[in-house]
Amino acid sequence: MYRYDEFDTAFVRDRVAQFSTQVERRLSGALTEDEFKPLRLQNGVYLQLHAYMLRIAIPYGTLSARQLRQLALIGERFDRGYGHFTTRQNLQFNWIQLKDVPEILSLLADVEMHAIQTSGNCIRNVTADQFAGVAADEIEDPRPVAELIRQWSTAHPEFSFLPRKFKIAVTGADDDRAAVAVHDIGLRIVRHPETGETGETGFAVLVGGGLGRTPMVGKWVRDFLPKPHLLAYLEALMRVYNAEGRRDNKYKARVKILVHEIGIEAFRDRVEAEFVQLDPARIQADAEEVARIARYFAPPAYADLADNPSALRRARAANGEFDRWVAQNGFPHKVPGYQAVTLSLKGIGEAPGDITSAGMRLVADLAVRHSQGEIRVTHAQNLVLPDVRQDELFDLWQALAAGGPATANAGLITDIIACPGLDYCALATARSIPIAQALSTRFAAPERQQEIGPLAIKISGCINACGHHHVGHIGILGLEKRGEESYQITLGGDAGNDSAIGEILGPGLGASEVPDAIERLVETYLDQRQPGETFVNTVRRIGVQPFKTAFARELHHDAA
Amino acid sequence: MSAAKPPPLPAILIANDLLSGDVVFYGDGGWTRHPAEALLAEDVAAAGRLTAAGAEAMRLNRVVDAYLVDVELSAGGVPVPRHFRERFRLLGPTIRPDLGKQAEFPGLAAQSGRTR
Repeated sequence: MYRYDEFDTAFVRDRVAQFSTQVERRLSGALTEDEFKPLRLQNGVYLQLHAYMLRIAIPYGTLSARQLRQLALIGERFDRGYGHFTTRQNLQFNWIQLKDVPEILSLLADVEMHAIQTSGNCIRNVTADQFAGVAADEIEDPRPVAELIRQWSTAHPEFSFLPRKFKIAVTGADDDRAAVAVHDIGLRIVRHPETGETGETGFAVLVGGGLGRTPMVGKWVRDFLPKPHLLAYLEALMRVYNAEGRRDNKYKARVKILVHEIGIEAFRDRVEAEFVQLDPARIQADAEEVARIARYFAPPAYADLADNPSALRRARAANGEFDRWVAQNGFPHKVPGYQAVTLSLKGIGEAPGDITSAGMRLVADLAVRHSQGEIRVTHAQNLVLPDVRQDELFDLWQALAAGGPATANAGLITDIIACPGLDYCALATARSIPIAQALSTRFAAPERQQEIGPLAIKISGCINACGHHHVGHIGILGLEKRGEESYQITLGGDAGNDSAIGEILGPGLGASEVPDAIERLVETYLDQRQPGETFVNTVRRIGVQPFKTAFARELHHDAA
Repeated sequence: MSAAKPPPLPAILIANDLLSGDVVFYGDGGWTRHPAEALLAEDVAAAGRLTAAGAEAMRLNRVVDAYLVDVELSAGGVPVPRHFRERFRLLGPTIRPDLGKQAEFPGLAAQSGRTR
């Protein structure tokens, strides 16, 4: 993985020193809250419902064991012994004291981490496929380009005060696991459309996707962008947005609104007109620097192994739970004899994305023992060990099963995304986590989960949609209605290759009514599905009406 | 010009401590971490005094984000916010009874009539 050079190190250390003096000035009264707030937000510090929250950047979701151990230490020493992984592959601590932030940032800098660009109207932490570099379906590893964008965008003077926050995601795989179509810019590494398999790779560029109060799927602005043009093209695009994005209304300030208002053709024309004014060679990092970055992501020295070794086959045959875990949480690796595995932070009845300091240390130890010392964070709030030898999977599982994240539910109905909601977040209008816990408990039985198959439930505690509810196969949005928490259900959303925004099924429900309503939707699916058909494919085939009917029956039943 | 709308009463003054971020309440002896010690404003004049105390504490950088919260008194004598958001804020995360004021002050959740 990437290691800081002397410029990175100096930059992050300088930033810690700068923010430390800003905290001192705030505590002394030299800065008012109004003056301090934008400064603290630029360093990831929010004031939430119960305390300050610190959001720490995990660029493209890649962590070393050393970094995870440091997060465990910070959680223990300065928080309440746990942290929360977010849908931007970041980590949040919920109980931070302002006076401790300088020391925490210094500890982060010790392990090449920071909290820069995790808030504010700038280009935020770049996200990527959690299986980057190891996925069997990958065209190319997206991490070098994600790192390049991180370096280019960090404190970029032109793009530090945008009309609104700006989110970029990158994938290099056929199957989009980074939700690129619901980002301000989504980049897909693709082969040249004419030269095909043997030709150069470049980028297909999506723009204007996003969730929040106006959800939109991104539109193609370039089918094929040559790699050396990337930063110049991004610069042209950002300039158009920076100049023309609305600043009069924060709810209409995202680039998706600009694209929607002027149309993708006009937007494309403006970007291209700006692009031809630029010199890509001047803006793009030089080839030597690009190669330097890429070297950090060179594959580790893999052993020469065969797929599905006898030790694995025997262990799977002898242990049903292990077999289910491998089948559900394993992911095909591009190198024979290896596997990537998802460590689910969705234990039954637990808060999605939460992990204790002890859990972090266990995962860090297991990453060293079994996965080249590297961990990935997924936007679905799970962890991944990307490089596990198949003949070591049983040892890994046994170590996890002794109190670690070993639940075999990756991609199933209990693998629920949920934002912190009104249990922590000052912006929330309703709680998210208790709904996730209730659903997880309702559908806990492993056999039932297997029977239902892939199903993504995503829950947000307000219209800002941090829980990605719009793109949940089943989405749940918590709102306030007449002084009570109320939950609106959507159906048919998708964050992947067939990106779609879910459709609202009907009036909001009380919290206690949600599990039964979801049960009715699942029953409708099981009743209507064709052999081998997933939940979302059944919704696409038969439409939402049968589900609406079942939902309405549930409402009627509750009212009776 | 119409007069400002009077605040719903009774009310307490709630804020976050600047240094720690902890939720604090304005009480008889100044800011307190225990909601049962919060001063209760039962008329407009008292609410005005609380608001002024909050503004002054923000000016002096003791607290941030001070505002009035309308409450009712529980049978246990603890002010209970009428709005669920403020009830969660007063007690702590509903999913973690081991954290927040509900953990720090045993009996507070019961006195506040929390039902999870």
